[in-house]
Amino acid sequence: MPRDSIVLLGVNHKTTPLEIREKLALSDGYEGPLRAIASIEGIHEHYLLSTCNRMEALYTTESPAETRQKILSFLFGDAVPQKDLDTYVYHYENEEAVQHLFMVASSLDSMIVGEAQILGQLKDAYRYASQQKTSGPILNKLLHKSFFVAKRVRTETKIGASAVSISYAAVELARKIFGQLDNKSVLLIGAGEMAELAAENLVGQGVANVVVANRTLERAVKLARRFNGQAVSLDELIDQLEHVDIVISSTGAAGTILSKGDVKPVMRERRNRPIFFIDIAVPRDLDQNINDLDNVYLYDIDDLNHVVELNREDRDREAVKAERIVAEETLKFSHWLDNMEVNPTIVELRKMADEICRIELEKTIGKMKDISPQEQKSIETMASAIVAKILHNPMQFLKKDNSRCVDRRERITTVHDIFQLDDQNGSLKE
Amino acid sequence: MSYLLFQISFVVYFIAMSAYIVFFVSEKGHVRQIARKIFLAAGLLHTFNIMVRYLEAGHTPITSQHETVSFFAWSIAWCYLSFRWRFTVKNLGTFVSVLIVILMFVAALASREIVPLVPALQSWWLPFHASVSIIANGFLALACIGGIMYLLQEREIKRKRFGLFYSRLPSLEALDKLNHHCLTIGFPLLTLGIISGSIWAKQAWGAYWHWDPKETWSLITWFLYAALVHQRFTVGWRGRPAAIMTIIAFLAVLFTLWGVNYLLGGIHTYAS
Repeated sequence: MPRDSIVLLGVNHKTTPLEIREKLALSDGYEGPLRAIASIEGIHEHYLLSTCNRMEALYTTESPAETRQKILSFLFGDAVPQKDLDTYVYHYENEEAVQHLFMVASSLDSMIVGEAQILGQLKDAYRYASQQKTSGPILNKLLHKSFFVAKRVRTETKIGASAVSISYAAVELARKIFGQLDNKSVLLIGAGEMAELAAENLVGQGVANVVVANRTLERAVKLARRFNGQAVSLDELIDQLEHVDIVISSTGAAGTILSKGDVKPVMRERRNRPIFFIDIAVPRDLDQNINDLDNVYLYDIDDLNHVVELNREDRDREAVKAERIVAEETLKFSHWLDNMEVNPTIVELRKMADEICRIELEKTIGKMKDISPQEQKSIETMASAIVAKILHNPMQFLKKDNSRCVDRRERITTVHDIFQLDDQNGSLKE
Repeated sequence: MSYLLFQISFVVYFIAMSAYIVFFVSEKGHVRQIARKIFLAAGLLHTFNIMVRYLEAGHTPITSQHETVSFFAWSIAWCYLSFRWRFTVKNLGTFVSVLIVILMFVAALASREIVPLVPALQSWWLPFHASVSIIANGFLALACIGGIMYLLQEREIKRKRFGLFYSRLPSLEALDKLNHHCLTIGFPLLTLGIISGSIWAKQAWGAYWHWDPKETWSLITWFLYAALVHQRFTVGWRGRPAAIMTIIAFLAVLFTLWGVNYLLGGIHTYAS
């Protein structure tokens, strides 16, 4: 009896360009898509994860091949042309799926390896799935395990500390454009975590002045205070562009907030002093064509990835350690899964034995005329003790990885064969 | 004697260039130190070479093709060294040394004969006018190299594909500053060169301006740089357009220096 497969389908920053990922990001939250997937036949448990850099569906199913197509067309149908599906979408099953999830949770698959945000995003995504009751015993266990793995990786390796982040990449680029960063000023549009981190790094590199523009002024004021900067409203954006040198944009806006036409006149006002835009929002905040202007440099999250790539080596050592932890935990989880696989056999075996026991007891006790309840009880106890004793070894045979090196699947088949579990109804009735 | 010195300095420049290229490729700091020392040695040898030639010729050795180009290379070398002394521009030395080696090669191909000075040139204006003009060209050449480096670096940053130059070239700001500095020194010198030439022309030929091809082209060059400097100081022209303009203007300089002699002739052509 085969158990459900765990399947993971998805796209991330490595496989898929930003334009496509933008289209995939779930802008209206998780509820709708989760419900929609629940109605797909053949899918038992599922959850979805949508972040800046990835869009993944994890589900359990009996028939991976058939459901794959349905999920693909549901998630990517509109955004990805059919012929590109194979290049963009990765597809993992069982152990590989588990390993991938653990990699994602411990930020090893992130654009910025070691960044801490992903775990929070994963927990969020899981919360939705459990609220909607789309996750079941397997996914619950799997996701909790992934949080645990992430924590282990974080405490046992220096991957978080050595994380060469977006902000690092941004600082490096800023240096190539401006040389010295002291007496430069930075404008944060949107007050997200990433923006905060980038600003922190820039201030660490000597950037003198921080301006925060945010939809809610309260948050802007709070963040500005942290850097001794000033807070402005989003309406003052264009005016501010005249004075700042580096702009980090990370709003959740659906469309672009600055176009080429907005920036062009500003350059005249700036007397062509260079300006560096960093767009870390998905979907993008800034019109890509801004980069065509002279003395204007625009980098979005994908572009920064290239710079990060340059500094990869340092992290690799810690990453190896982290990957070892992931492999270890994947193995442990596989054991758990395998036991899950054994469970039905054990249940069936016990059920069959109990059934035989019950039938034989009925026969025997039915023939005995004068029998006290106490005696009847003794006979029943004896019968179940015999059953338990007889079943003990087969059960152990199923459960334990013993030195006989017999494959678990093979052992299950053996037990099935010996006890004729598959057509037990027939065997019982004769 | 002077030719031997010329050859030696040529060879030493060549070694310096090789060292700079090794530094460019390997990015190893100590190679740069070595390259710098060799380059300085070459510059000193070259200076010595020009002094000896001055003694041998009995007049300022900026009259023949060989002398002019050699002096041009010398002025670039010392403009660069004067610069180096004030602030560093990473890997500028590599580009400068390549240009110098090319110029030295051109100089080596030209006739090295010492020709007696024609009467028109026998004036104390000769050392002044010629050297000021060529030193101006030296700074303008550096500005041009800065412009080329700027374009290379800017291209990689704009295209977001980091290749050979991203890590090796300095920041855009540094390159733009280089452009600015070279122009602010080179342009006044160029102006001074043209004015001194004009005064000399009055003395030698009786009129300040003859519209001889060389004069015309100097004027064109001057206008190009004047436009560039003007734009820089008024509307803050910088970056790519400024770099392109610097390169175009320097091509005009080269044409004034050589092209005119070969293609257009005129009274400025004395010996080649």
